[in-house]
This record gives sequence, C-alpha cells and structure tokens, in this order.
Amino acid sequence: MRSLINILDLSIEEIDALIATANDIIANPERYREACKYKKLATLFFEPSTRTRLSFEAAMLELGGSVLGFSEANSSSAAKGESVADTAKTVSCYADIIAMRHPKEGAPLIAAQNATIPVINAGDGSHNHPTQTLADLLTIRREKGRLCDLNIGFCGDLKFGRTVHSLIAAMSRYEGIQVTLISPEELKLPSYVKKDILRKKDIPYTQTTSLEHAMPSLDILYMTRVQRERFFNEEDYLRLKDSYILDPAKLRGAKSDLCIMHPLPRVNEISVAIDDDPRACYFKQVLNGKFIRMALILMLLEEAKR
Amino acid sequence: MNIDSISNGLVIDHISAGQSMRLYELLGLDALDCSVAIIKNVSSRKMGKKDIIKIDADIPVDIDAIGYVDPDATVNVIRDGLLIEKRTIGLPETLTDVIKCKNPRCITSTEQEIRHVFRLTDRDAKIYRCVYCEAKAK
Repeated sequence: MRSLINILDLSIEEIDALIATANDIIANPERYREACKYKKLATLFFEPSTRTRLSFEAAMLELGGSVLGFSEANSSSAAKGESVADTAKTVSCYADIIAMRHPKEGAPLIAAQNATIPVINAGDGSHNHPTQTLADLLTIRREKGRLCDLNIGFCGDLKFGRTVHSLIAAMSRYEGIQVTLISPEELKLPSYVKKDILRKKDIPYTQTTSLEHAMPSLDILYMTRVQRERFFNEEDYLRLKDSYILDPAKLRGAKSDLCIMHPLPRVNEISVAIDDDPRACYFKQVLNGKFIRMALILMLLEEAKR
Repeated sequence: MNIDSISNGLVIDHISAGQSMRLYELLGLDALDCSVAIIKNVSSRKMGKKDIIKIDADIPVDIDAIGYVDPDATVNVIRDGLLIEKRTIGLPETLTDVIKCKNPRCITSTEQEIRHVFRLTDRDAKIYRCVYCEAKAK
C-alpha cells in the first residue's frame, strides 16, 4: 500500500504529476467536486494543529469526500495506551485514507506498516512534514514558473526547522539550485544536512548572518521563526531576534520578483507591513497546501485501487 | 596461553582488538550455558593484535551484529573438531534489534514491541540511521 512518509518517497516525476493535478484543480475545481464521493479521510492528530488538519479536511471535503477523526491524543484510544500500530489497523476498517500527525518521530511510518489503507504523514515531531514541502514546491512552481535555476534563501532557525531541511532535500534534486543560509551562529544549518545533501549533490551554498547582504541575490526567501527557547541565554536572543524580522527596510534591494515564503504560524518574524507587498506568498502557500493535498489524496486513493 | 579447541561450535576470529566485549554483549553470549572464551589482544600477523571469541555450542548467532561491530571479522563453523565453513561478513545493509535507538523523540522510545531497525546510509563513514526517526546510531 502506497503511503507518503517522507518527501523523498516521491520521485521528481511524481511531484511533477501532483503539481500538474493541483494546477488543474485550481483551474477546474468543478471537475473534482465528486472525485472522492463516498470516500472517507481519517485525520488522526495526536497533537494539536490548526492549519494542517483543517487543510486536509478542507481538501477532502472539496473532493466530495467526508472526514472523521480526532484532534488530540486525549480524545483517542492512545490515552488508554493503544499502540499506533493497533490504531492504524482499527482505523483501516473505517476509512479509506489516513492523515496522521504525531509528536513522536516515525509514528506515521509505523502506521503505514500496519494500515491496509494509505497513510499520509501530516508531521511527526520535528522530523518530516512532506505535505508542507509539497505546498512549498507548488508555490515555488506557480510563482516562479520553474523548480530549477533558483537561488533560495533560508532565514531564521535553520537548525531545528524541519520545513527547511525537507525543502532543501526536495530542491536538491533539481538543476541549477543555489542555497543561501541566513541565520545566527546558534541556529545554523546542521552539518549533517550540509554534508548529506548540499555537498553530496554539489549544490553551491553560502552562509551569512546578514539578511540585508543576502537579499539582492535571492529569488526566494523562505522565512522561519527564531524561537526564544532555542537560545541558551536571554541576552543572545534579545541581541539577535530583530535581525531576522523581515520589514520593508530589509526588503530594499530585493528583486522585484522575489517570492517571500513562510510555513506559518508567524509570530513577528515578518512584519504585517509586508503582507500587502505582491512578493508576499505565505498565504498563497496556505491555499496551495490545500490544493496539493487534494492532488495527493487523489493520487494515493487511485494507487490503492490497483 | 592455552584455550581448548572446540568440537562443535563457532569461532569468531579477526575481531579488532578491544571489540570482543562489545560483541559479547550484543550477541547476548552472557545468557549461554556453554563454555565461551573471550581471548583479547592475540598476536596477529595481519592485524598486529586481534580478539577471538570461541563458543562451544552449535548455536545461531546474529551475523549482522558481528558485521556491525567489525565487518572484517570472520565466523568459523566447527563440526566434530573440523572447520567446515569460514564466513566473511562485511557491513550489513540493515540491523534489526541489534542496537536500540537512543533518540527520546523516536516512536521506538514509547511503543512496545517495535523492532529497532537501522539502515546503513553511509558505507564509507559506517553510519547507520534509525528507519523511524533517522537518528544516527551511537
């Protein structure tokens, strides 16, 4: 049974096909209104999430299917000590496809190994979140018209940000990619990501602590939140936090067709003054997330039929 | 120093000096009733020094565990006092229930009865990663 646990489970051709389907859904939504009629999506959210769960539910509803599930572990049998494997086997009897979020890394893989229906990883701790990466890829493709020949700047917390690591892994498979890593020393991209992905694939990358210096060369700026709890002491946090807040002044010198992205939720790392700038794409990312999830549900249900 | 030869059992030879105790633990040899000899720092022409483990019983051993600790080790199978098979090992592609994932955020840390599976992700650097959380084996 085909599931999606890690973005690298999908080939470039499959990602292209998903993007094509998502674009067709955007252009012709009426064609898909009953595409999943009588099908059920189980959203098994062992930890709270607003955007991802609602995005999956909206995706299934727009495909004409229905949704069941829970939104926190306390309202599931996990509170009674049921294993992920048993939950997956049980839910397979009720639904046609599962979207699972779990605080423990690898839980969706266990579910996929035990379910008899497709499982989509909707985030496992700080590990993988492949549908966020698909939303990012659809956004880049729609905004830039291509997934190759791009200089992508990642700014903020590059050490713990799973969306950053996944997007770097996904983009590393395309031609002509350059990566610019903008972060405080404390939150630099881990060396294993540089070694296993960037250096292994000969992807040119630069590291800097200055967002302003990096800005003029960027085609895409992927912002992430610098979180207080990531610092050893309050002084360092206070010293650095404003350096990575994107505001109109820092955007001076940026390309006119820059694409500003953020996986959300935003706290204060992008000033609301940027929201009306045509280069701000983070709410388009949210919308694209729903469309690419629709495409993914369709693909996995189609493969499950075979 | 004399150690009796065995008539039916296994000799794990060419273990890098100092690794035999680790192998003893990983293979669970402490649970065996038969004679087990750990010979450390044996002179070796090829290796300078090596360790040897002799097990005086015909028991199955986890070849992957041996390959993980020392891919250059060899396993000699002895029957009726004769060497009937000499196996070279190499690095195994996967390890199942040989080592445990130490990542507290990994699902294996809370769920019972999940097999701990690691995959070889970098042969040159001998790096294994947990298939669930991708944490590096320590």
